[in-house]
Amino acid sequence: MEVLALLTDGMLVALQPLNLMMIVIGVSVGLLIGAMPGLGSVNGVAILLPVTFLVPPGAAIIFLAAIYYGAMYGGAISSVTLGIPGASTAVATTFDGRPLAIQGRASLALVTAALASFVGGTVANVLFTLFAPALASVALSFGPPEVFALMLLAFATFVGLGGDDIPKTVFSICFGLVLGSVGFDQISGAPRLILFEMNGFLQGIGFLVLAIGVYGIGEMLWTIEQSRGAVTKTTPKMTVKGMVSDAKDATKRGWKGTFVGSFLGFFVGVLPAAGATPGSLMSYGVTKMISRKPESFGTGNPDGVAAPEAANNSASTGSMLPMLTLGIPGSPTTAILLGGMVIWGLTPGPRLFVDEQEFVWGLIGSFYVSNAAAVLINLAFIPLFIWMLRMPFTVLAPVIFVLSIVGGYAATRDMFDIWLMVIFGIGAFFLRRFDYPLAPAVLAIVLGPIAEPTLRQSLLLSSGDPSIFFTRPVAGPITIIALILIFLPAIKLFRGKRKTASDVNSG
Amino acid sequence: MLFSKRRFMGVLAASMVASAPGYAVADGWTPRKPIDFTIMAGPGGGADQIARFIQSVAEKKDLTNRPLVPNNKGGGSGAEALIHVSGANDPDHTILVTLNSFFTTPLRQENLGIDIQTFTPIAMMGVDPFVLWVHKDAGITTFEGYVEEVKSMNGEFVMGGTGQGQEDSIVIAYMSDAYDLDIKYIPYSGGGAVAKDLAGKQIMATVNNPAEAKGFYEAGDFVPLLAFSDERMPAYPDVPTLKEKGHDFSYYNQRAVVGAPGMSDEAAAYYQDVFTQIFESEEWQGYLDSESLSPLWMDASEQQDYWGLQVENHRKLLAALGE
Repeated sequence: MEVLALLTDGMLVALQPLNLMMIVIGVSVGLLIGAMPGLGSVNGVAILLPVTFLVPPGAAIIFLAAIYYGAMYGGAISSVTLGIPGASTAVATTFDGRPLAIQGRASLALVTAALASFVGGTVANVLFTLFAPALASVALSFGPPEVFALMLLAFATFVGLGGDDIPKTVFSICFGLVLGSVGFDQISGAPRLILFEMNGFLQGIGFLVLAIGVYGIGEMLWTIEQSRGAVTKTTPKMTVKGMVSDAKDATKRGWKGTFVGSFLGFFVGVLPAAGATPGSLMSYGVTKMISRKPESFGTGNPDGVAAPEAANNSASTGSMLPMLTLGIPGSPTTAILLGGMVIWGLTPGPRLFVDEQEFVWGLIGSFYVSNAAAVLINLAFIPLFIWMLRMPFTVLAPVIFVLSIVGGYAATRDMFDIWLMVIFGIGAFFLRRFDYPLAPAVLAIVLGPIAEPTLRQSLLLSSGDPSIFFTRPVAGPITIIALILIFLPAIKLFRGKRKTASDVNSG
Repeated sequence: MLFSKRRFMGVLAASMVASAPGYAVADGWTPRKPIDFTIMAGPGGGADQIARFIQSVAEKKDLTNRPLVPNNKGGGSGAEALIHVSGANDPDHTILVTLNSFFTTPLRQENLGIDIQTFTPIAMMGVDPFVLWVHKDAGITTFEGYVEEVKSMNGEFVMGGTGQGQEDSIVIAYMSDAYDLDIKYIPYSGGGAVAKDLAGKQIMATVNNPAEAKGFYEAGDFVPLLAFSDERMPAYPDVPTLKEKGHDFSYYNQRAVVGAPGMSDEAAAYYQDVFTQIFESEEWQGYLDSESLSPLWMDASEQQDYWGLQVENHRKLLAALGE
């Protein structure tokens, strides 16, 4: 009960005029930063950190939390309207959000994203409020074998799906894994796969470079080819009545994804190794797997928008947990928040929840308020973004191209990555032409660099004995479920029950 | 032996005649865009914490007219960061927070073609000692108890660290050699991940900087057994040093800021001024104190001499360890 009293106090503090103003400004700025391709919450929080020294620490952390939330909402906007992931956390949102927009249902996608984000954020806040210390010990019980088992499960959700062409999915995953292992090997410290001896590859292939290339440039080329020069344009209408009916539709068709994303996203976010990007991709995979119509994913299923959006909001709250309780940032953004906290005289770590109760619950209280403000502000902006879509594609295509290039450069500030991005875009176009699914490659380049070191750490721990993945109480069940999922298609095939892969129509 | 801090101080004392931190106020040059503040380590470790802290001090005191943007590049024991900074197309806006991998990584990977003497010295912010930690549930309370435990496990005693050839592995290797210990060493992406896995009892012991383990120590989870400093540390007065145990060895991690190769003299003067102010700030001095770092101020030419010395010492040390 003491917790509830502290939390209420925290929320009341967040509702004071100055703080409320910080929330409104923070969410709006975050929304725009999140919507800009390449710029995500990391940049937003880093750029605006100085502002926080002008106001009291309480208002400062509220401001940063508001930017963080705003950026998570904003990421969906360019994913849906332009097909360029606004931030790495919103890559999975393009999978179904973009097809919906092409079908003229961008408003449904954006409303679904906003509502799912709100639910995800709220579920995460409640879980955080009730179970923070307990969840911290869960995070600690995840050693290398457990994290690897979880990554295996994530891959399994992408392979073990009926409907897709399994060999092509496996090829796509392997391709992503190879790209993900370019750069320095964490275990030995040696450089590897430095293609053509080019120094740019030493830094590894940035996930955002791949994602913007594949989804921004690749998608643009694809749309140009599909329209064959015809001046296509979608004419979405935006009325209050339309939005209400979209909201109803979103609830009906996106609840499953929202549910999965809210819980899975939070849990993955809590693990210090992961963060919001793997959380949103895994939620997408799991939602697709448990769906009755997995083949509808990738063609504009609201569940496919709801799952990653609920997950990325939920995971961003979740990743605060290891930062506050263990002093270990779960994501790059929380690492910057950590720096802010230190200068305000707070030591994140196991003692924070005991020594600084007022601060901790004030922060959590501000999460609730920021989340509510973010959904309202976001819904208010949707008509504006829809209006943008009314431009003919012949106008929009160059805009997408320029935004992709600028966004790619903003993320890494390296021309090498721009060329790489263009190459990925063209490559992605051809892969798609031959019906290779691209999402598994994107998943692999995110999860591969987490999975590989944990696999090798685990085998070092066990002196090379793979039974370590089966005998540990947490890793064991996860590994077994993952293996069953991976081999499920083979079993189905063996029994001759496998549904014939339906021809994927051009969308 | 090789790494006595005081010995370096002695060597350098002669050249310290007129080296009280001077304010070379650069009226001419100021940054025109956000400053790339590259960190040679992953998020959460000692180097990262310090970089975040420095950034916060700079912001709070409004010392730079453009923000420092932290950029973690920990890959390949910091090689990723060295490549990034040495190839920076705008050296005037690129600075690097270093640790000892600044010396060891170019030695271990000569094919990278990195010559650290081309980097621009900016500021030596302090040196960070190392401590051997175990989890309280292991029931080990003394270094002797630790040695006994490691020996009784016949090579199954697991320690985590930040990678072969990294600072902690040099300390562990020296200790293993001196006490004939057989340790299974698991590399992690950074000091934060190492501390987390000791807290979760995935590994049995670590050699971490105090800053990385302090939160868990204060919560009672971690037990410090041995310090690798010259003298006992004020924050841990009951923890003996390896020197007391009869081995003439101490080892510190440098916490220094360097500029990209080819940085203009004006820009270097600007950053030297900024970091001198940060070094002298109440916040930084308080941080040195609370996180058990020792100040080791040097001017630019002393830093370059210090780099030369450290490279030689690490060359010997790595050779002795068979690296």
